[in-house]
Amino acid sequence: MSAPAGAWEVVIGLEVHAQLRTRSKMFCRCSTAFGAPPNSQTCPVCLGLPGVLPVVNRRAVEYAVRTALALGGRVNARCRFARKHYYYPDMPKNFQISQYEEPLAEDAALEIDGPDGAPRRIGIQRLHLEEDVGKLVHEGTLETAAASLVDYNRSGVPLMETVTRPDLRSPEEAAAWLRAFRAVLLYLGVCDGNMEEGSLRCDANVSLRRAGTDPLGTKVEIKNLNSFRNVQRALEFEVRRQAQALDAGERLVQETRLWDADRAATRSMRSKEFAHDYRYFPEPDLPPLDLDPAWLAAIRGDLPELPRARRQRFVEQYGLPAYDADLLTQSRALAEYYETAVRAHANPKALSNWIMSELLRELPGDDEAALARCPVPPAHLAALVRLIDEATISGKIAKDVLVTMLRTGEPPTLIVEREGLVQVADAGALAVLVDEAIAANPRAVEDFRRGKAAAAKALVGAVMKASRGKANPAIVDRLVQEKLSRG
Amino acid sequence: MTTGAAAPSLAALAAAYRDGATTPTAVTEGCLGRIDRLDGRIGAYLAITRDAALADARASEQRWRDGRPLGPLDGAPIALKDVLCTRGVPTTCASRILERFVPPYDATVVARLRAAGAVILGKTNLDEFAMGSSTEHSAFHPTRNPWDLQRVPGGSSGGSAAAVAGGLALAALGTDTGGSIRQPAAFCGVVGLKPTYGRVSRYGLIAFASSLDQVGPLAVDVRDAALLLEVIAGHDPRDATSVAAPVPDYTAALGDDVRGLRVGVPDEYFIEGLDPEIEAAVRDAIAVLRDRGAAVERLSLPTTGHGLATYYVIAPAEASSNLARYDGVRYGLRVEGRDLIDMVSRTRAAGFGPEVKRRIMLGTYALSAGYYEAYYGQAQKVRTLVRQELDAALARVDVIAAPTTPGVAFEHGAKADPLAMYLNDVFTIPASISGLPAISVPCGFSGSGLPIGLQLIARALDEPTLLRAAHAYERATPWHARRPALG
Amino acid sequence: MIERQDVEHVARLARLAMDEVELERMRQELAGILAYVDRLRQVDTAGVEPTSHAVPLVNVMRDDEVAPGLAPEAALGNAPDRRDGMFRVPRILEDG
Ligand SMILES: [Mg+2]
Ligand SMILES: [Zn+2]
Repeated sequence: MSAPAGAWEVVIGLEVHAQLRTRSKMFCRCSTAFGAPPNSQTCPVCLGLPGVLPVVNRRAVEYAVRTALALGGRVNARCRFARKHYYYPDMPKNFQISQYEEPLAEDAALEIDGPDGAPRRIGIQRLHLEEDVGKLVHEGTLETAAASLVDYNRSGVPLMETVTRPDLRSPEEAAAWLRAFRAVLLYLGVCDGNMEEGSLRCDANVSLRRAGTDPLGTKVEIKNLNSFRNVQRALEFEVRRQAQALDAGERLVQETRLWDADRAATRSMRSKEFAHDYRYFPEPDLPPLDLDPAWLAAIRGDLPELPRARRQRFVEQYGLPAYDADLLTQSRALAEYYETAVRAHANPKALSNWIMSELLRELPGDDEAALARCPVPPAHLAALVRLIDEATISGKIAKDVLVTMLRTGEPPTLIVEREGLVQVADAGALAVLVDEAIAANPRAVEDFRRGKAAAAKALVGAVMKASRGKANPAIVDRLVQEKLSRG
Repeated sequence: MTTGAAAPSLAALAAAYRDGATTPTAVTEGCLGRIDRLDGRIGAYLAITRDAALADARASEQRWRDGRPLGPLDGAPIALKDVLCTRGVPTTCASRILERFVPPYDATVVARLRAAGAVILGKTNLDEFAMGSSTEHSAFHPTRNPWDLQRVPGGSSGGSAAAVAGGLALAALGTDTGGSIRQPAAFCGVVGLKPTYGRVSRYGLIAFASSLDQVGPLAVDVRDAALLLEVIAGHDPRDATSVAAPVPDYTAALGDDVRGLRVGVPDEYFIEGLDPEIEAAVRDAIAVLRDRGAAVERLSLPTTGHGLATYYVIAPAEASSNLARYDGVRYGLRVEGRDLIDMVSRTRAAGFGPEVKRRIMLGTYALSAGYYEAYYGQAQKVRTLVRQELDAALARVDVIAAPTTPGVAFEHGAKADPLAMYLNDVFTIPASISGLPAISVPCGFSGSGLPIGLQLIARALDEPTLLRAAHAYERATPWHARRPALG
Repeated sequence: MIERQDVEHVARLARLAMDEVELERMRQELAGILAYVDRLRQVDTAGVEPTSHAVPLVNVMRDDEVAPGLAPEAALGNAPDRRDGMFRVPRILEDG
């Protein structure tokens, strides 16, 4: 990787805020739908009007529990909400209802592949629930704005905050972990993972230490990492910046820096005279949660197979290369699609090839909604591969058929029949075409006789062209060879 | 009934409406007339909703005429402490910072009163944000005690207590955080009930100290308090701290029989500093209960003495958090400044009065880094001890009898020192921090003609026993029938 | 003993603008109240659980159902300043 200069070891921890896919907000019944006109999805509760009280959304708790259990975390027998205080106009009460001393879950982990391919277990320190803040729109840039405008539609949307242990060792690894984490959230159906819309947001803590030493170096927090690419670029920049400073014998300050994607640099946010004093205390308006073990067991029993387990199974069960398995398990919807297709026609590798090379060219494999809308259902793709395997159509024709399938949503058999694409495998009919090709290409025949075996390919091509692709290429090839060697 | 006279009880009113002896319009006009004549001197109200009240009275009148009243409170003119949100009617907390705030929603208790047909006369005065014991700390004007206009009505529900005592409303709602219903009830010679924490919804009650605040009735007698409680009590899905237990028939629980009732009298409530006239009146009241068949025994509650200090950590801490939302961004006062922080700091400096600022400062300090454990953490533990001690006592006795206040209503300006003011709450606080129901009933008058209150405390959710004891006492004594001479 | 700079720090945390005179008066008043409240330190609370809630409720949750909230006009009805359907605030300088 972009190794830091000298003998510095990189230590990274991530803090991820995931918006949970609930219909209503964390503490009120306003809609969480994205993109509504400003302040059209608010109520007294999420506007923090005097006199209002919060009530916990059960589904948000369920989603956080599901995530915690899927990642092997310990769901705390008793957890509570706490108020975290700081003044900012996007936060209507000037405190955020979050969790502090008794978070929902602790001690989870998520494995990723290490640089050498061996699995690396990245610890998750805690996982808790909290409410989102509103959105600030600056009249100009933050620095030059004379005023800012606040839209509270997002205020109170449920967030799950996940804090990793400082186990990540490179910017690439951090980005890879975030990808893997996002995939898990999508598999669990708890978050839509949309980073552009802010459904998944990431902050990072980075420090460098001399390789082989224990104590952590000065930690810098980077905010505003709103894509995988930005996570990696920002961390790479920061690692370089810190390494250069340390190499030059400078002391780093513990600070919060903002990633500026346009300038491709991190910059210090106004330095803090004093550390934040959040004055946490237990939220008096919300009784603690003392989650019913039976409920936890039911959630556990309902957990889907996670991406890594599924990838492993794809390799073992379908004999797929790791590369294929990785791609096909990038989302639950895609893996589901693949397995449905394989159940309909047992040619795992061919189906994998068709999905990877053709289908994923048309739609993003991690976009559950796009896959759900895909005009080619898995049964149709399976039918297409069966037509090839049964020599009804050639692979080349199949590609054309798929184009039509994607356009019309029709099954391949219907298209093949209507357009008369059934492969010509009748040796008698093909022999006529071969004779015509030999007659029309004396040059190729001459070349073949002089020992240029490849010349036969030109003749096969001519026959395929004459049949408008419908000739069975294996039979044509055999006939050409026979006729030429007979001389 | 003549419009000039002090109003009858709610119970008598319903009978008069049924018989056609009077009408909701006549009674409402009577109250409005008394307000016109007397409130200039008393200052019980911050706002009078005359037109709405008359419209509601006419609608009620129609229901009575049709023989379809909504219940015993239909047509009852009631006043609301101005911490209860009323849709479309300014709700100020007697603070400059909310001077122009108009809630877009009704508090649950307000909605329940409306559904029961009550006529809302207006919003009553209080110590700003319910912080105080004299109603001198209103940003708008002080309220005067109807028994002696030189004296305070108590607080913070002083406006509600004075309105009921002066016949400017038939009954009122107040809120009690550390004694704010019971203490003004005692000072004004009316009945004031603080229900069990969680018995009445807090939704729409503008928070002072969330874990302590509770809405309750102020009324001319115990039966009226029971009638009101029955309407406002009950589970509210908008308040996660509201109790789901069914609401008993409180009026059916009345009666005048206390035979077999065990009454505990704690030594610690009869201490140095207690006005001897109050001690005598309260001991006489306890003797009345004994004479009517109650078993009276002495108790010791040594931890009670820590109640006041506990309260003056917990309440300001929670208040500092609850009042953070008043920042000039979404509602209320705004004082312009150089930038956001300057605007917020100036707004809060201009909008809050000195007592509110003191408590915000105290509470912020108690929650701040390095002090949390010593103050807030320790106070919450001492709170546990106070509650355990009261619970243990109430395992032996059915009610605890004690004075409501250490002294009678004092003169305006007499308690300029904040701590001297705080000491007023010493007897009411233990029930508050324990979440237990407690009532103050008139039990005599000082030589100077000022009312004295007997406080009874019962087990959690045991309002029926509390009301039964209070009612039995009231039936045996003449005190509740006395009215101040206001002309 | 609460010092002047503590009071200043707390006033800043609480976003309360105070001049020198107010700060000093506040220091004295807080010192008086804290001196009284400090008696709590003498109470032995070893092994005592804190009480955050006066009622022993747990697991109070609601179903994930959407209900209509306020119309934007009502949401902005009390706004001291607004523009384009949003609440308007003066320029924001990071932390102070
Ligand atoms: Mg967070
Ligand atoms: Zn809402």
